[in-house]
Amino acid sequence: MTPPQTDKIPVTVLTGYLGAGKTTLLNRILSERHGKRYAVIVNEFGEIGIDNELVVNADEEVFEMSNGCVCCTVRGDLVRIIDGLMRRKGKFDAIILETTGLADPAPVAQTFFVDDQVGAKTKLDAVVTVVDARWLKDRLKDAPEAKNQIAFADVILINKTDLVTPAEIDALEAGIRGINPYARLHRTERARVDLKEVLDRNAFDLDRILHIEPHFLGTAGHEHDHDRHDGTGHRHHDGDPQREDGGLRHDHDEEMQSMALTIDEPLDPDKFFPWIQDLVAKEGPNILRCKGILSFKEDPRRFVFQGVHMILDGDHQRPWRADEKRDSRIVFIGRNLPKETIRAGFASCVA
Amino acid sequence: MPSLADRVRAIDAGAMVVGVHFLGTAPVFVLGEEAVLFLSAGGSRRIAIHSGAILASEADGARLVTGGDDGRLVAVDAEGSHRVLAADGAGRWIDQVALGGNGAVAWSAGRVAHVLTAKGDERIFEAPSTVAGLAFAPKGFRVAIAHYNGATLWFPDAPAVPPARLDWKGSHLAVRFSPDGRFLVTAMQEPTLHGWRLADGQSMRMSGYATRVRSLSWTADGKFLATSGAERLVLWPFDGKAGPMGRAPRLVAVGDTHIVMVACHPRRPVAAVGTEDGTVALVRLDDGALIEARAGTASPVSALAWDATGGQLAFGCENGEAGLLSL
Repeated sequence: MTPPQTDKIPVTVLTGYLGAGKTTLLNRILSERHGKRYAVIVNEFGEIGIDNELVVNADEEVFEMSNGCVCCTVRGDLVRIIDGLMRRKGKFDAIILETTGLADPAPVAQTFFVDDQVGAKTKLDAVVTVVDARWLKDRLKDAPEAKNQIAFADVILINKTDLVTPAEIDALEAGIRGINPYARLHRTERARVDLKEVLDRNAFDLDRILHIEPHFLGTAGHEHDHDRHDGTGHRHHDGDPQREDGGLRHDHDEEMQSMALTIDEPLDPDKFFPWIQDLVAKEGPNILRCKGILSFKEDPRRFVFQGVHMILDGDHQRPWRADEKRDSRIVFIGRNLPKETIRAGFASCVA
Repeated sequence: MPSLADRVRAIDAGAMVVGVHFLGTAPVFVLGEEAVLFLSAGGSRRIAIHSGAILASEADGARLVTGGDDGRLVAVDAEGSHRVLAADGAGRWIDQVALGGNGAVAWSAGRVAHVLTAKGDERIFEAPSTVAGLAFAPKGFRVAIAHYNGATLWFPDAPAVPPARLDWKGSHLAVRFSPDGRFLVTAMQEPTLHGWRLADGQSMRMSGYATRVRSLSWTADGKFLATSGAERLVLWPFDGKAGPMGRAPRLVAVGDTHIVMVACHPRRPVAAVGTEDGTVALVRLDDGALIEARAGTASPVSALAWDATGGQLAFGCENGEAGLLSL
């Protein structure tokens, strides 16, 4: 009997390259958030400027699950730490987990899906990535971890904007959107941002998968349609290089991409589930995150799902409303995605 | 189900109960934070022994030893007096504790496992990764250490003997020796048990669980390992040359809620089980007959233990409700 989502302690994951401003953001949260108590998990003591009662040192130990899959990794130390923290349950309202600069966010996220105790007591709220506006361009070239952290993020702070020109920031944003068009971006100085943009995001709550639209500043909810209709009525769209939309660029990255697919006809669940499970089993290491809203034949309820590498989580969400278009949309963010295979596979799931 | 509810003294521990042990005939409830609770004639006595969460507890009838997130290892006796046995130099969490029959104590903080002998000698072993479980062998002065990708067998008094590694990929948590010392079992992060036959290092898997196995208990005759992790009580056979290898476990129906705690009676073929909804029941292993000791009130059972003779059963729940059954 698992507690309802609302009783679970939210966990915010702060990631970002060394020196980007994660600790500054963390200190802001701890000093500004009056009335809320945080347990903080850091990889090194002494970084936090504020006196916070509940600080735990993590050693970021990742282990591979024994199914032999290289991307199925879990932060074993997190499981232990959360277990220990939950013994002091009444003493904090939320957990902030700061990862090291080179950390891959995937094992952290997977831990919440994979461990039943962690999943029963806590919920992943959002992955917040802080990037240094001065160095991001270089990091994207030489550090795969930096790309991962961006691809994985729900919220991205482009920090130290006071140290670069507006044109450089525009270019950075384009580069970031090329990797992850779905994260909310904020330009910040000294990690200064309204904390409600960073905390209590419910980004992993299936109930919150209301629409899957890329977040283009000022055009939130704007449909991103490339007008490629073919005879079968399927609409496919994904990021084109250097495309202007709502006045904003997203520059194509050679390696890390997102792809979004839409199908108007209802799907057959007996075709869809084997297909998606097979896809993530085969391409798991390359697919960082995926999300979908599905319309199944003769099913009055929307089905929503999300995934991290090979791990999928989904459920019926609510009935389709009479005024809603019942189409199915899925989004993948990953590297070297076999786009045609995925496109054809998804198309084959039509009922 | 017949009920023994009228033989249970209900107790309000006031905080999550993370362990329960008997010192002599007195139950001691270990709370998630700070303190242990002794019972008195009319009520209870709360004794603060840590300044933070209590992460591990073990007892041998004479003393209770606890490890806390304050980095301290504390021993408590039947009168409630307590003292610090050891402290981690860096204040790291002491989250594993084991007691040896000869008055020795093993504990760990991070990757380092310590053993303190009854005479006061300390030995240290650095594991390949964070220590997640400790157990003393039933015979001889040997300690099993669970960590990532396997377990290590360490002879604290024989530093010249290199510790033996037992390998298996994954995160190994709780570790137990079989009472006859022939097998070593670990509960893994994944919903499965793993084990090795110590004579030849042969690996064995015990799987099929719905959830992670958090509670293990050997039957009084040492022939079965009873575990939580399913709706039915799972009993793996450990008799014979091959132990559980190639054999299916016995599954005993208890109800339709997940079993989360198991404690076998010290003398008779009976097991106490605690479920996710707070029910405590006794199961007769021969024929599966059930008696309810306590009806669940929603909060999972989080601690369960018999006293040395099996005349009393103490239990505690996550929400602080607890009780003592006297047979």
